[in-house]
Amino acid sequence: MIRVVLPAHLRKLARVDREVTLDVAGPVTQRSVLDALEASYPMLCGTIRDHVTQRRRAFVRFFACEEDLSNEPPDALLPEAVTTGAEPFLVVGAMAGG
Amino acid sequence: MSGVRVLVGTRKGAFVLESDGKRDRWDVTGPHFGGWEMYHLKGSPADPDRVYASQGTSWFGQLIQRSNDGGKTWEPVGNKFVYDGVPGTHLWYDGTPHPWEFARVWHLEPSLTDPDTVHAGVEDAALFRTTDGGQTWHELPGLRCHESASSWQPGAGGMCLHTIVFDPRDPNRIVIAISSAGAFRSDDAGKTWRPINRGLRSEQIPNPTAEVGHCVHRIAMHPSRPGVLFMQKHWDVMRSDDGGASWQEVSGNLPSDFGFPIDVHAHEPETIYVVPIKSDSEHYPPEGKLRVYRSRTGGNDWEALTKGLPQRDCYVNVLRDAMAVDSLDPCGVYFGTTGGQVYGSASAGDTWAPIVRDLPAVLSVEVQTLP
Repeated sequence: MIRVVLPAHLRKLARVDREVTLDVAGPVTQRSVLDALEASYPMLCGTIRDHVTQRRRAFVRFFACEEDLSNEPPDALLPEAVTTGAEPFLVVGAMAGG
Repeated sequence: MSGVRVLVGTRKGAFVLESDGKRDRWDVTGPHFGGWEMYHLKGSPADPDRVYASQGTSWFGQLIQRSNDGGKTWEPVGNKFVYDGVPGTHLWYDGTPHPWEFARVWHLEPSLTDPDTVHAGVEDAALFRTTDGGQTWHELPGLRCHESASSWQPGAGGMCLHTIVFDPRDPNRIVIAISSAGAFRSDDAGKTWRPINRGLRSEQIPNPTAEVGHCVHRIAMHPSRPGVLFMQKHWDVMRSDDGGASWQEVSGNLPSDFGFPIDVHAHEPETIYVVPIKSDSEHYPPEGKLRVYRSRTGGNDWEALTKGLPQRDCYVNVLRDAMAVDSLDPCGVYFGTTGGQVYGSASAGDTWAPIVRDLPAVLSVEVQTLP
C-alpha cells in the first residue's frame, strides 16, 4: 500500500483527507504511483503532470524520506520506505514568495 | 417574481450573488474554489441551472467545473485541451517562431440552445468546443490554422482568445476576438475564418491598418441586431453595421477611449456602456473617478454615469469580462473591479450601489436573469 499526501487544493478537488492510499502494481515509481493516483481520482489528471507530455508541472514538487525527488526520472524506483508504506510520497505545491 | 444571479470570478475564488427582481438585497455565496483563479463563469441560456466555470492556478493548471443547480454545487469535468494535430508556431515576443502552448481558458460561451455545448476561448489563442457538457473538449482548428496565424504575436497579457459572440439568427456565424491578433468571423460554424478588422487603426503595430495584429479588448452585440457589433479596442471604441466587415470609430467625447469591457443595454440596441481607463500604461480611471459612460446613440455621444460610484481617489481597473447586463426592466448593469467591488445598477446605469466591496480582484462578471 502506497501512501500519498496531496496539497490542500488537490485534496479539496479530489475530496479526500490529507493522505490517500493506493495499490500500485509492479515497480513503485513516480510514474506508477501517479498512474494509480489518477486512475483512482481522475479529476487530478492534468493537475500534477501535463496531460500530453506527462511531465511534472513546473510548480509541483515530489518529496519522500526528506529528499526532493522532483527531478528524478519518472521510472526510477522510489525509496523502499515508500514502497512498504512506512513513509508517504508527498506531492507539494512549490512555495511562492512575495 | 423573476430574479437575477450574478456570477463573479476573482483571483481567489468564485462568488454567486442572487437577488429578486428588485435587485436591492443580495445573497452572497462563496468563495467557491477558494484560492483558485476563476477566469470566467457563465450560465447556459438554455438551462439557467447549468453553469460552467474556468478554474486554474499556475501550480495545478486548468480545470473546468460544472454546476447543475445554479452554482450551489459543482463537479469537475474535462480539462484536457490539446491542439488538433501539429500545433505549429506563432511569433514570440522576440520575433522568433514559438510553438502553440496551452496556458488557460479565458472565456466560456455556452450554446444559445444546448446546455451541453460550450465553446472555450483559450491562451495560446484557439477555440475549443464540448458537446457533452464539458467532459471532452475538441479544438476547432480552422482558426489557429488561418493563414495569418504564424504572424500572430502575444501582447503583454498573453495571446488569448477572450471573446466569443454567437449570432442568434444564424447558428453558423461566430465572432471571436484575440489579443493581439484582432477580430475574426466564421460563417460556417467555426470551420473557416476571416479577419474582420477593416477600419481599425492601431498605432502600436508597424502597419496601423494591418489586416491582423490589433489588440481587440471586447466585442458586444445586441441579439435583436446581430449585424451591429460594438468593440472596445486597446484604444478606440468602434462600431460595425455590417457584421464586422468594416468598423467606424465612435469614441466621441469619452475622456479616454482606452478600456476593456463594452456591453449593450438589454432592450435598447443603441444604448451601450464602457468604462474609460486612463491609458495603456495607467490602468485606472481618469482623474481617480470611476465612471461608466453610456451612449444612447450607439456611440459618439456619451454621458458619464457617476451616482453611487467613487468620484475621488479611485484607481481600480475593470477587466474585459467584468461587465454584464440583465434583461429585466429597467435593465440592470453590473461590473466588477480589480479592487474587489461589484457594482450594480437596477436603473440602466442612472444610479449604482456596491453589491459587495471586498472580494479579491474581479476577473469576470456574468449575469443570469432567472424566471
